Amino acid sequence: MTTRDVVIVGGNRIPFARSGGKYLKASNQDMLTATIDGLVARFGLQGERLGEVAAGAVIKHARDFNLTREAVLGSHLAPQTPAYDVQQACGTGLETAILVANKIALGQIEAGIAAGTDTTSDAPLAVNDDLRRTLMELNYAKTPQQRLKALTKVRPNQLAPEQPQNSEPRTGLSMGEHMALTAKEWGITREAQDELTLRSHQNLAAAYDRGFFDDLVTPYLGLTRDQNLRADTSLEKLAKLKPAYDKGNPDATMTAGNSTPLTDGASAVLLSTREWAAERNLPVLARFVDAETAAVDYVNGEEGLLMAPAYAVPRLLARNGLSLQDFDYYEIHEAFASTVLSTLAAWESEEFCKGRLGLDAPLGSIDRSRLNVNGSSLAAGHPFAATGGRIVASLAKQLHEKGSGRGLISICAAGGQGVVAILEATK
Amino acid sequence: MTDTLTKLTNQGLGKTVAVRLGLPRPALLRRYAEGQDLLDGPAAVGSIGDGPVAASATAIIAASGANVVAATADSTYADKLAAVVYDASGARTLDQLEALRATLGPAVKALGKNGRVIVIGTPPAELDDPEAAATQQALEGITRSIGKELRAGGTANLLWVAGEAQGDSAVLAAPLRFFLSSRSAYVSGQPVLVREGEIPDVDDWHHPLAGEVAVITGAARGIGAEIAKVFARAGAKVIVVDIPAAGESLAKVANGIGATALQLDVTAADAGERIAAAVAQVGDRLDVIVHNAGITRDKMFVNTDESRWGSVLDVNLQSQLRMNKVLLDPSVAGGLRDGGRIVSVASISGIGGNRGQSNYAASKAGVIGLVRSLSQELADRRITVNAVAPGFIETEMTAKIPLATREVGRRLNSLLQGGQPVDVGEAIAFFAEPGSAGVTGQVLRVCGQSQLGA
Repeated sequence: MTTRDVVIVGGNRIPFARSGGKYLKASNQDMLTATIDGLVARFGLQGERLGEVAAGAVIKHARDFNLTREAVLGSHLAPQTPAYDVQQACGTGLETAILVANKIALGQIEAGIAAGTDTTSDAPLAVNDDLRRTLMELNYAKTPQQRLKALTKVRPNQLAPEQPQNSEPRTGLSMGEHMALTAKEWGITREAQDELTLRSHQNLAAAYDRGFFDDLVTPYLGLTRDQNLRADTSLEKLAKLKPAYDKGNPDATMTAGNSTPLTDGASAVLLSTREWAAERNLPVLARFVDAETAAVDYVNGEEGLLMAPAYAVPRLLARNGLSLQDFDYYEIHEAFASTVLSTLAAWESEEFCKGRLGLDAPLGSIDRSRLNVNGSSLAAGHPFAATGGRIVASLAKQLHEKGSGRGLISICAAGGQGVVAILEATK
Repeated sequence: MTDTLTKLTNQGLGKTVAVRLGLPRPALLRRYAEGQDLLDGPAAVGSIGDGPVAASATAIIAASGANVVAATADSTYADKLAAVVYDASGARTLDQLEALRATLGPAVKALGKNGRVIVIGTPPAELDDPEAAATQQALEGITRSIGKELRAGGTANLLWVAGEAQGDSAVLAAPLRFFLSSRSAYVSGQPVLVREGEIPDVDDWHHPLAGEVAVITGAARGIGAEIAKVFARAGAKVIVVDIPAAGESLAKVANGIGATALQLDVTAADAGERIAAAVAQVGDRLDVIVHNAGITRDKMFVNTDESRWGSVLDVNLQSQLRMNKVLLDPSVAGGLRDGGRIVSVASISGIGGNRGQSNYAASKAGVIGLVRSLSQELADRRITVNAVAPGFIETEMTAKIPLATREVGRRLNSLLQGGQPVDVGEAIAFFAEPGSAGVTGQVLRVCGQSQLGA
């Protein structure tokens, strides 16, 4: 069976806002709708029926059971465009692109939108389990006596709402605490993390200044650039920050600066066949080549929570007959600066590559000047499900600007998962 | 955004009180809606002598389905007239103007609401004889005065039809129709010159821009957004452009009219190239570029610093020169085709100057200079270059002017009200029409015959 080329036509995102910031009153549906509409406006897709829209949010209200479809109905796309929700933690955005790309490659659809949105400002608060059980009992009560009996079980302490947790259900450790363990294992220094952070901010600011995002970002609710971006930060300023994780330890390295903050935002990418794009005179930025996902057993401590991409990439390289050095751009999601550095260290380690990956030799090092060249999550922020779309669209444009070459995307996700992909410039 | 006085004095008690007190009562102007009849009543057509243009005018009006009656000195009119067209282009002596007075007077008296007076003349510069030139120049004084005397939303305008074009009804149709129609609701007391031009057949007067690609800069809000809507209504494929920071409202404008949004600072060095690239995406050629993007940085001249001076000139004028250079290069894919249109937005500030706006007035006067020069340069390529000079237009920007100043700006014109952004859009779309091929190098004021800058 032959598959068809899948191309990236373009993307759109709203500037990412810090949690509790400019998008305090925006819901996931609001942001996703605005982001899809920005894409529609950019490519004149008003009234167009697309094959599908796949999107998701990591933190989602129960009422948003059909989030993506509702966003499509609220957008200027044809209401006949089907949609579904996807959730794979921080891998959601890239996973939606893989799903849409695969359907296009198989000939099931001609074009689709892959998207993601997340807000921690409009996060759902649930009633706690005790109160919920009582209320359910009340709901099913048939007689006034039964109702009264159910109500007597309500206690003041049951009124405390249950908040969504930023921790792994199976370990009880937060993501940062997990990452701190991995960073320690790989001996990642504070200085190296701060340097990576500084470069992320500098690269993102420079990209904005040269207009790189003019056709990738549509302002939203008065925000025109990512709110987390600190164009004037410095190593000195970053060095002053106190550790945010592993706080008691004098050697703790991870701070609020070299970790991504909670962020609100949404992104979307338009994928299609070459023919679909050509028929509409739309640009083709890059080809979506291949993708791979991996997962690691972090529960039993065999591997770090965010190390799955280190496993996914070699499998993807092998399938495509490529080495780690065969790329012009590397987009490694900066969940934490130490995530990127631990992953790179692992690929350079003979012990890791032979012992854990079962390879003959280490994957080796990369040219660091090709890493996250237009900034990444440390500067832009990281609205979980929106990060994949941000990276796919930006990398596709980088490749289009260069006119040749290929790029590697690596995104770690909660639950010990990793989603990676290869894009290639189109001729 | 109708102002309160206009609303109040046109209905119920407010109307009664306003009439008793003799308050000014701005008329509710008839404006265009898709498919609207050209005129909502009969038109009277008269001329001095044979009137070389009168026959064309009669044919054009009749073709629209409107009833045409003859205007003579002893005509009486059974119905209220929607328009009177008077061809004075044959007048060569001052004595002949008496015929105009005798005929036009009763016809103007018979005009109904939103009546139209259109006088047709021969450009005085074409005439060697001083009395002939004086006679024709007199038409401007007559038309402008009638404009000031008309009430109930009436307008009076003057079409100078060049000698070469006087026998050509094709070249007259689009300009005449514009000034007769409700699309020129806020245009009064203005002369426009019509020359010879290559006019394609027009099948659909309601969608004259069907299939054309038009770029509108500064289209995220206000006048620019309304220009974009008028172009979309007229059938054009529209690319709306505004600075990246205005992207949110730009996307809304685009999605509202099925346009493509291009986030772009017009002062960027590669603005022309990026517009051409966007055009190449929706079609292979650009038919119309509308330079509407503009900023104000008001200060008294003596307090205007280098940044206020430079930024206004760069955005409002220099950027147009840079973009035109690229778009007019025949080798650029997505550039302006031969026979295309350039329309710039000037301002009455650029004609009359304005206190606190030396930088803005400089840029807008510059636009007028640019239009006059470029129109000659591009005549060989049949590209027309024109400008619209808006007066007081009801926008978010003018809503911020202090009340007293705003009221003066709003009322100091023959129509006693501010214009709507759509009025500017209609005038720009008129210049863009294929039928306007004979109109180039013109600056049309959309100001309700404002006394400012006159």
